[in-house]
Order: sequence, then C-alpha cells, then structure tokens
Amino acid sequence: MEMKTKRRIMDAAGINRALSRLASQIVERNVGTNDLILIGIRRRGVPLAERIADRIEQFEGARPPLGQLDITLYRDDLSTVGPSPVVNRTDIPVDVTGRAIVLIDDVLYTGRTVRAALDQIVDFGRPSRVELAVLVDRGHRELPIQADYVGKLVQTTEIEIVKVMLADYDEDEQVIVVEKE
Amino acid sequence: MKLLIKGGRIIDPESGFDRVADLLIEDGRVAQVGSSLSESGVEIFDAAGLIVAPGFIDLHVHLREPGEEYKETVASGAEAAVAGGFTSICAMPNTKPVNDNASVTRYIIDKAREARLANVYPVGAITRGSMGEELAEIAEMKEAGAIAISDDGRPVMNSQVMRHAMEYARDHNLVVVDHCQDTCLSAGGVMNEGRYSTLLGLKGMSVAAEDNHVSRDVILSEVTGARVHIAHISTGGAVEMVRRAKGRGLSVTCEVTPHHLALTDESVLGFDTNTKMNPPLRSEADRLVLIEAVRDGAIDAIATDHAPHHADEKMLEYDRAPFGVIGLETALGVVLTVLHHQSGIALTRIVEMLTIGPARAFGLPRGTLAAGAIADVTIFDADREWTVDARRFKSKSRNTPFGGWKLRGRVAATFVEGREVFRAE
Amino acid sequence: MAFNHKDLLGIRELSVEEINSILDTAESFKEVSRRSIKKVPTLRGKTIINFFFEASTRTRTSFEIAAKRLSADAINISASTSSVTKGETLIDTARNLEAMAPDAIVIRHPTPGVPHQLARLIDAAIINGGDGAHEHPTQALLDAFTIRERKGRIHGLQVAIIGDIMHSRVARSNTHLLTKMGAHLRIAGPRTLIPTQYEKIVEDSEGSLTVCDRIEDAISGSDVVMMLRIQRERMSDAFFPSLKEYSIQYGLTAKRLELAASDAIVMHPGPVNRGVEISSEVVDSAHSLVLDQVTNGVAIRMAVLFLLAGGKTEAHSD
Repeated sequence: MEMKTKRRIMDAAGINRALSRLASQIVERNVGTNDLILIGIRRRGVPLAERIADRIEQFEGARPPLGQLDITLYRDDLSTVGPSPVVNRTDIPVDVTGRAIVLIDDVLYTGRTVRAALDQIVDFGRPSRVELAVLVDRGHRELPIQADYVGKLVQTTEIEIVKVMLADYDEDEQVIVVEKE
Repeated sequence: MKLLIKGGRIIDPESGFDRVADLLIEDGRVAQVGSSLSESGVEIFDAAGLIVAPGFIDLHVHLREPGEEYKETVASGAEAAVAGGFTSICAMPNTKPVNDNASVTRYIIDKAREARLANVYPVGAITRGSMGEELAEIAEMKEAGAIAISDDGRPVMNSQVMRHAMEYARDHNLVVVDHCQDTCLSAGGVMNEGRYSTLLGLKGMSVAAEDNHVSRDVILSEVTGARVHIAHISTGGAVEMVRRAKGRGLSVTCEVTPHHLALTDESVLGFDTNTKMNPPLRSEADRLVLIEAVRDGAIDAIATDHAPHHADEKMLEYDRAPFGVIGLETALGVVLTVLHHQSGIALTRIVEMLTIGPARAFGLPRGTLAAGAIADVTIFDADREWTVDARRFKSKSRNTPFGGWKLRGRVAATFVEGREVFRAE
Repeated sequence: MAFNHKDLLGIRELSVEEINSILDTAESFKEVSRRSIKKVPTLRGKTIINFFFEASTRTRTSFEIAAKRLSADAINISASTSSVTKGETLIDTARNLEAMAPDAIVIRHPTPGVPHQLARLIDAAIINGGDGAHEHPTQALLDAFTIRERKGRIHGLQVAIIGDIMHSRVARSNTHLLTKMGAHLRIAGPRTLIPTQYEKIVEDSEGSLTVCDRIEDAISGSDVVMMLRIQRERMSDAFFPSLKEYSIQYGLTAKRLELAASDAIVMHPGPVNRGVEISSEVVDSAHSLVLDQVTNGVAIRMAVLFLLAGGKTEAHSD
C-alpha cells in the first residue's frame, strides 16, 4: 500500500520536548515516584515509556519500574482472514495491586487499544489508579476514553494515518501524517 | 448376419498377424481376415486409425452377485466389462453365499445369459465356504461351468489342504488360482510394509507374506503336477519365483493388475481409501520389476481384480475401509498409458496380455481372431486422451484410484460373438 | 514469520519457521499461565470440541485447560470406535461435528489419517491430538519447547529416543521436528519394535537420524534422553517376552543414564511405567523434566489454539 506524506507534526526535538513535559506532569500529579509504575503498550509505547522513565530519573533521582504490555490477546478487531497475529511478550515486573500505573502509548485514536490494555492490567491485580499518557491524540474516539497527559493534540481526518517514527524501530525520528494513495 | 470391420490395424498375437486389414464376421465367428474385403449386404464398421484386437479377457473380477447387489451385479459388472473392452470375465467365488457349489455357479451363468453382454466364467471355491478346511464340490462346479478354482481373498493357509486341492484339480483339469499371502505374516496389515507404512504409522504387509506363499505354491505345483495361477502378483520376489518355475517347465502362470503397474505405496500418503487394496500397492522398485516382467513375458496376463465397494464403505477410517478398487473401465487406458506410452512396450505385447495370454492361462477357447475363431472383438484408439470421471462408469461402484487421471487409450467398440455390445459415444 | 494453516495435522508438513513461530507464541502463553488470573479473553465466544476416540486424560485435560485459559468454551466428546455404529461413515461424523458449529476440533483417534480425512470435510480448524502411530504434533512441540527452554537451543543436540518406536506417534512427530531443527537423533529399542526403514522417514534436514543396535549406543553422550511408554499388550503379539526382561534390557536406569552427558535431561510423554521403561530413581532425579513437559503442554496448546482458532490480522494496526 502506497502512502503519501501529507505533513510533519513533530521533529526529533519536538518529540523530546513533549516527552520532557509529559515526564514532569506525571511527577507533578503523582507527587514524586513512590508507587508509580510506567507501562508501555507495545510496540512504540515501550521506548516512549523508557524515555519518560529516563527523564523522571533525572528530575527525581529515582527511576519508576517499567513494564510492557502486548494487547494482542485482548484485541477486539481480529478478523477471520489473513495470517495469525504475532503475540509478543507481556512483562509486568512488579505486583500492580495498590500502585499507580501510567499507561504509555504513541497515538490515541479510537481508544480500543487502551480498552484492551485496561482489561489486561486488571488481570494482573488491582491498581490504585490508572492514567494514560500519549505522545499524540488525534481524536475520533470510539470509546469513552481520554488521556491524562497529551504530548500534542492533532486534528486529523479518518482516512489519515498518524505515524510516530522512533529511532528504536524506524530510520527517522519524527511524527508525520500520511494518507493511503 | 455379417459384419465387416474395415481399415483397422488388426493385432492378433496368437497368429502373429499385425497389419492394417479388414475383418469379416459371419454368424458369430471370424470368417475372413484380409485386404480390401468387400461383401454385399453387410454392416460396415469403419476402424480406420483404430486397433482391432481379440476381445479382452479379465481373469479376475468380483461381481458381488449373489449377495451384495448394491455394490455390483453380474449385469452391471458385465456392462462395465464391455465398456472397458473386456468380452470375457472370470468371476471370483467370494460372493454371499460363496460360489462353492454347482447351484451358485449356475446362478451366475444364468444371470450372465440374461444380461447378454460379456461372457462370464465363474471361478469356483477351492474349499467349502472358502474356509480353507474341506474341499468344495469341485467337479460338480466344473460341470456347471466353472473354469478354475480359487479361494481368492482368503488364501488357503493349510498346505496339506492346498496340496489335496491341487491333486484333485489336476484330475479334473482345472487351474488352481491362488491369492498368495501368508496371512500370519500380513495379519492386521492395511498397506505395503516399507518407508511409507513407517511414515504413516499404518500396519504394513511385508513382501515376505506374498513371496513365502508363492514359493509354497510353486513347490506344491511341482509335487502335484497341477496348473497353478498366481493371482495379482505384486512383488519383485514373487515375479522372480514364477520366472524360475517357468524356467524349470512347471505349469505356473501369473497375472498383474493395472493398479500395481501404475501406482506405488506413496499414493497412500493422502489417506485416500481408494489406495487400499490387497495385495497392497508396493514400492517403486517392485513396480519397475513388474513392468519389466510384462515386457519379457514372465507375467502372462493383465487382470483387473475389479472389486466394487459402495462409497459409504470406502468413506471410513483407513484401517476399517474394505480392500479393493474397481478397474474394468480404466484398465486399457492405464496399461496403454503406463506400459506403452511411458515404458515403450509394444502394442502387440500388451494385446497379448489382454487376450491370448489369459486365455491360455485358464484354457479358455477365446483370445484370437484367426479364421473360424469366436468373434469376440475389441476395437480401441491407442492414442485417444480422456479424463477418468468415476460418475460416468457403468459399474455400480465408484472406488477407483484413478479419478481425475488423464489417460491415453480408449475403447471404441466391443463385439461379443459378432454382436455389438458397446460403442463409445 | 506468520503461521497460516487451517489445521495442525502433523509436524512433517511444517517448516522450521512455522515450528519456531508456534514455540515463540507459546512463550507468551507460558507467561499467562504464571499470572494469578490465568485467563485471557482471546477466544471468548469460540467453541472448541475435544473429540477423543481413545482414553487420554492427560492430553484431553491439557487441551481443555488451554482452551479455558483462552476463554473458549471447551466441550469434550468421548467416543469409542467400537461404539460408533456400523455404517456411520466419516462424512456422518463430520456433519454431526459441523452441526455444533465449532471453531476448532481436537481429534484423537486410533487410526492414522482420521484427522486428515476429517480436515478435508470440515471447515473448522482440525488439530491432531494423536492419530494411531502416525503423529502427535502438540506433544513434539511441547517436547521441543521444553528442550529449548532448558538447553537454549535444539540445533546440534544429541537426542536419544528409546523404546517402542513402532507404535509411537510421539517418536515419529519428534523425529520430524527434532531433525528439522538440526538435532542428531539416535533411536534404539527391541528390533521387533523398530519399524522397517525408520531411518528413511525424514527428508533432507540439518539434523540426522541413526538407528542403533544397542540402547547404550543411543544414550552415550546424549544431551536429551527421551523414553517411550511400553504397552503391556505388546507382549501378547510376541514383540518381547516379558516386562521384566524389557526393563532389564531396555529400561533407563541411573547406571545407563551415566553414559549420557552429565547435564543430560530425561523426558517421557507419560504416563510413566515406573520400573519398566524408566526407573523411579531416574524419574524423580534432577535430570527428569517430566513435569515441565506437562506444564509446557498447556502453553503449547494455547499457542496452537490461538493460532488456529484465534482471529487473524493483516498487520498490527492501531
């Protein structure tokens, strides 16, 4: 499928600034890092969670525990054709019961991924609170889900796709809006 | 009533005749063979481009009547036979009841007369009920029309009983036909023992089971002086034993099926129960030995072992499904494709294996087109391509392993005693 | 590497990549089985039939737990081949199963090929839970998973498989899988129980397959020793004289195990005949992974059910 790049929303510096702001907001609202767990939603939520943890460590001198979720087993949009999805590792290193979790993902769109992640987290225990941090909120929600921390709010049409590119996985570091040709 | 078959290549291995000529038939007998025959008031069959051969003889078919008419009847089997070019078929005795007495023999002959298609020669049982213990009333069956004896499918394991059967059959000038299988060695087996049975975890039947039994029969033939015919030979070892027996002048003959010439145990890989028959499909090495034995004359006849089963019976687990496949309507196409087109065996030799070869083995007064002979004639196109579609068979059953195969060689018309009994559409 | 088959009928048809994709998927499911809530909603609303023509508590239970941990509805149907009424064809069986609208059917049958025959007649995914002496793919996969987990690899390992090879679907599936993955197999047992041309059943692979005359030759230097269950009823078919003689001649004792590598692992598909094919001392030793095999069986079967009955996707979109 050919993609046409329509516009660039963030460059590498923009991503950096957004992550720093998200990190400070998280620390501010949670009054430090006690009881905090950052959980990245695979794939790009995972490196974003690490970068936020790095910044929190710089501010606070303490690094919150990091986890990662693969939501494949909780998805509601699997079809009946095509190859089977690949299931990746879910790793929650500490007991979540009574802790404050910040879920981290790259783009908030329909809300269905976050719904799946919430369902999965409660299977691990009963956290005291779950918050959501995203790099980009592009609107078009299909479920009553809102982010607590947003890097950038972007107006999009439904046929557009927001691509977050991170050096961990991609050749470039930027956020762009593309469209199917 | 006269029929003139014009312009075909007449192949009559018995007389050595093989050239384009005309064949005149009068009152059910061959009247004349020659060039540019013309006769007034005759029916003409234009055989240009076709082979004109003596009617084919199948030494080994199962007609299922009496007892299992839902699989096949004498009439439906005879209809399948003539559609496949066979003018004479030998009906094995494993009906229900077993053909072990003259009344069953006569019943089969009556049914064949009513059908007025192929000649049907009943084969009587060797032992009562084919139980392998007491001799059946062999002489009475012969008087009623049986032309050979066999406990096909239930090999006589008791060697003393077999010895007596051979001695008795010799007195009455009947050939003893044996399904050669040491049933202790093959117990529980459903396919050939070899790489594929090991791969599939299916119980194998060793070639030793067949070889062991053939060697016993050859030894008993020598001891008794009886004529012995090995049914559906399938192993290289058995062929070698028959070859040696013939070399020593013993009256031992044998037949091979089209499926053993065309298929190997590799076909079982898909678990299609139409690859299940007894003797089982053997290895490629065995298949190649069989083809060479056809070429050099160690094997006397091609016989189909036509064994009809209802689709419901075959649609079972591999080990529960019955043994057997049908073959009358595919035999010519399969042997021409495999033996002639693929292996380069001469048409004359193949026609011999379908006509005078089997006639001699059982002592049947047919299988030649010499002047005065009974006018059983099969006309076929040796090159015509066709695709096997089991739904179009005349047989009541559909259990063929060749469904969907593209074959080369097809029957054009069949005449029994000068009367047209089949003509291709 | 995506897995894209309708059915899981055997190991022989699978590529190395497909085997690896099942093993990798099973890693994720092993994690699920370690949670306090050992359940994911993945197969909610899906129906899985365990259709067993042979008694098998172990395999059936393992598939049932796997299905339930994936939130599927698992239904067990036991049938004995003798009780299947005469005249019932495989088509009847297939139609009856289809009428229950299952998403996957696990089938165990004493006749080789029945899962393959049914797979041609049924739209649902068919999983071979063991067909006669032919294949038992999920057992081989869980064995491979267990070996990989303990040894970190399969490629290059020396593996001995000892016992009744002839009647063993476990031996056949493991032979295909382990040679494909590059292991070197040595087979031993009474000659009566080693089927003809066994060394020829594998196609070209990175591994190798040797049939040994003596059990000691097979065990010597092995990294993995896999023992097969011996069935009492084989005695009556004259395969061997007595269980006592079998255990002396072919049983795995601590002394025989000394011939293997010092860190060798011992496996057995269960249920174990203590003191016959394997001594209690060996079963209970640190070498034995018999219980790990059971635990891993659930993860493998979750992976297989997920890959065959779970949803499909073109790509992870969000």
